[in-house]
Amino acid sequence: MPDLNTATAIDLNQWHLKSEQDLIELQKRIIESTDPNRPEIVVCHGTGCLANASDKVSEALKAGLAKAGINAKVMPGIKKTGCQGFCSRGPLVLIRPQGLFYQQVKARDADEIIEKTLMRGEIVKRLLYKDPKTKKAIATEQEIPFYKLQKRVVLKNIGKIDPTDILDTISSGGYQALAKALTSMTPEQVVAEVEKSGLRGRGGAGFPAGRKWRSALTAIKKKGRPVYVVVNGDEGDPGAFMDRTIMEGDPHSVLEGLIIGAYALGAQNGYLYVRAEYPLAIKHLEKAMEQARCLGLLGENILNTGFSFDARINRGAGAFVCGESTALFTSIEGKPGNPRPKYVRSVEEGLWGRPTVLNNVETWANVPLIIRKGANWYSGLGVSNSTGTKVFSLVGKVNNVGLVEVPMGVPVSRIVEEIGGGVPGGAPFKAVQTGGPSGGCIPYSLKETPVDFDSLTKAGSMMGSGAMIVMDDSDCVVDVGRYFLRFLEEESCGKCLPCRLGLSRMREVLDRFSQGKGSEKEIDDLINLSQAIVDGALCALGSSAPNPVLTTIRYFKDEYLAHVQDQKCPAGVCKDLITYRIDEEKCTGCTACSKQCPSNCISGEKKKIHVIDASSCIKCGICKESCKFGAVLTV
Amino acid sequence: MKITFKINDKTVEARTGWTVLETAQHYGIDIPTLCHHESVTPSGACRLCMVELKEGNWSKLVASCIYPVKEGITIYTETERVSNVRRWVFEMLLSTCPASAKIRQMAANYGVASTRFPISNPDNKCMVCGLCSRVCEEVVGLSAISVVDRGVHKKIGAPFLRPTDVCVACGCCVSVCPTGAMQSFFDQVRGEPSMRLTQLTRQSAQEVKTS
Ligand SMILES: Cc1cc2nc3c(=O)[nH]c(=O)nc-3n(C[C@H](O)[C@H](O)[C@H](O)COP(=O)(O)O)c2cc1C
Ligand code: SF4
Ligand code: SF4
Ligand code: SF4
Ligand code: FES
Ligand code: FES
Repeated sequence: MPDLNTATAIDLNQWHLKSEQDLIELQKRIIESTDPNRPEIVVCHGTGCLANASDKVSEALKAGLAKAGINAKVMPGIKKTGCQGFCSRGPLVLIRPQGLFYQQVKARDADEIIEKTLMRGEIVKRLLYKDPKTKKAIATEQEIPFYKLQKRVVLKNIGKIDPTDILDTISSGGYQALAKALTSMTPEQVVAEVEKSGLRGRGGAGFPAGRKWRSALTAIKKKGRPVYVVVNGDEGDPGAFMDRTIMEGDPHSVLEGLIIGAYALGAQNGYLYVRAEYPLAIKHLEKAMEQARCLGLLGENILNTGFSFDARINRGAGAFVCGESTALFTSIEGKPGNPRPKYVRSVEEGLWGRPTVLNNVETWANVPLIIRKGANWYSGLGVSNSTGTKVFSLVGKVNNVGLVEVPMGVPVSRIVEEIGGGVPGGAPFKAVQTGGPSGGCIPYSLKETPVDFDSLTKAGSMMGSGAMIVMDDSDCVVDVGRYFLRFLEEESCGKCLPCRLGLSRMREVLDRFSQGKGSEKEIDDLINLSQAIVDGALCALGSSAPNPVLTTIRYFKDEYLAHVQDQKCPAGVCKDLITYRIDEEKCTGCTACSKQCPSNCISGEKKKIHVIDASSCIKCGICKESCKFGAVLTV
Repeated sequence: MKITFKINDKTVEARTGWTVLETAQHYGIDIPTLCHHESVTPSGACRLCMVELKEGNWSKLVASCIYPVKEGITIYTETERVSNVRRWVFEMLLSTCPASAKIRQMAANYGVASTRFPISNPDNKCMVCGLCSRVCEEVVGLSAISVVDRGVHKKIGAPFLRPTDVCVACGCCVSVCPTGAMQSFFDQVRGEPSMRLTQLTRQSAQEVKTS
């Protein structure tokens, strides 16, 4: 078997780094021992591509290469990386150094890739990405609009490095920020640098990270140590996978940030609270920690500077509310993850009642960048009150579903229409839900809204953790509200009355609206009830839960009125308000619908017009989906 | 040390460590409460005690039973936002524990006589504030009963909702319950008296032996 490994000849166990010079020396050796001209086949092993069998693709490529027996000098390496962001086009295969980008690759394509591209230097045209607008095939990653318009800073290593090999991270400059902080900066200087960068928390509320660290220092002055540093990796928003991608694809970036934070605050212990449904993230973080310990970058006497710090992983308790800071602490302490009814800040009284700094995965991953390249470089990205970049997961009615990183302050339209390629079919989008289940909707008319913390809040929505759900004309705002409320109702811990009972009540009112029952007065009541929950709930799960309903009433009041006054659902979603009918002009009598209808209520002979018997129609909508001629209508 | 601040434009003085509610009660300012009891740790569950904290143009609602006093703050106990929360909470209470006469009385005093929420169980009195279980744990020291389940399914019960022999039938939970619900639950948690006796006898026998 030839050596397809991209790993270098360097033996990890022979190295225990004792200084910044050692780290740089190691990086040099790794770079020297890799041939820059050696072809590299990069196969995405992110969760999305794996779900489409990218592991079979890498196996097939491996087997194919062995069989082809290419001259050992040009023997390509196969590298498995984390999610490269363009999940809707997966499985992805990149060929370096040319940078060829193959998409939707199947195991059976392996031989052709080897034969044509690797042996003859030709392009396999049918595997290239085709721009849906220009219909042109694009050969390299850099030219694809989805990537070209992004600014990948936090995600820059993902898709390039093997997340299970620390040497790959070190080769691309990993841990140099840590070395810099430990050897040439005081803890105070580290805190000052983070403050100056303007970095704001990426987990939801957007609290300035530097200010949080500073208040922790003040609390430590009063209460002494220990102090804890904690990573919030509980990501539970439907449709969000930013943090998962970072933990899976570049675990060292989170770890390095955490160690730097620990140094700045004088913490000896840290925790990574990771959602239990993310086994790959846990595995990669565990491996990362093990390898970092082996190299002397974690544990006792890091880089021989006298600073010691270690961390451990906690699996999330499986409830959305456990991502809330105080619930997360009680969960780490081994108790049920309920929010604490207290008006104290966690920097003063967090985990085990001690001063604690809790930051989100992406927040921590930004820290090494700030330390390495400086606060000025960092704050040059983005806009004045929201510096840096933000990673978004783009899902819903959009062509390019995937992970996107852009500088703060770009307009919504850039993300949805240019990078995301807009709504399939080319119609304008209706609204974008930002900020997860407790965020809000930005309507098409506000599509030039800059995506930064303050502008989104002003529009009634929020940054949240960065999930973006694109909706089109076939999405009903009443239905969307019901969906999010049902989610939060299930996730409410039940401790406080406004959330436990109020959310169910809001959902029941929307259920009635979806049946055409209700009145304008009830819409006003709903706004008042929402306000009572916003004002009254104990934690942010409850107090932000009414946001989707409040923003949709603000921007789409007509659609609510159509439901309660005219008994119509303009989007054709609410079953009780629609009937399915076949357009006689368009029906070709292909019989597709009548074959699919589960309740056998479509009649008509072959090549003759078909008719739906409304009395036995169960409104499943299968006929509409199955008709290729768009003849099934909802009215 | 004295802390000076304002409640409803009136200057008040409090000791360090007091809550806004304690200060208000000290001055005879009425704030409705339900889940609060001075002998156990507060849970902040009912949200009836919400008051408005104002700072210039900006304001927010806080739960007075847990909000610690701070020098110079301005508190209003009966604003439009406050009463919007309380009125809705009362409507929620009327729907979730309609059988509680105490709750109906409190709501009526606040001017809330009916509810727009559906009533799922007309016989229920419990609002799951957890006072009973906190008393049992913190004062009696037994944890015979606890809050089980989460979200809308949250309820009070002995472990596995069976009568428990851990309970010594002291009745503390009954006396602290603000809705009168524990009275009706009592037989469900306190277990068989005979069992309890045998267990106690066994225990004291054990103690005699070991001493
Ligand atoms: C119901 C609820 C769920 C939350 N879930 C998460 C989460 O999964 N990840 C996260 O980083 N923050 C989450 N947060 C926000 C955290 O409470 C906290 O603000 C954040 O972790 C702080 O880190 P940051 O300042 O770096 O954003 C959640 C908040 C609430 C109210
Ligand atoms: S707002 Fe909801 S999740 Fe938060 S404490 Fe209250 S009941 Fe629990
Ligand atoms: S009566 Fe039983 S359940 Fe109630 S407080 Fe006493 S021991 Fe606890
Ligand atoms: S029984 Fe009474 S004290 Fe116990 S939770 Fe119910 S209402 Fe509260
Ligand atoms: S998992 Fe491969 S691109 Fe996202
Ligand atoms: S009395 Fe304060 S929340 Fe119940």
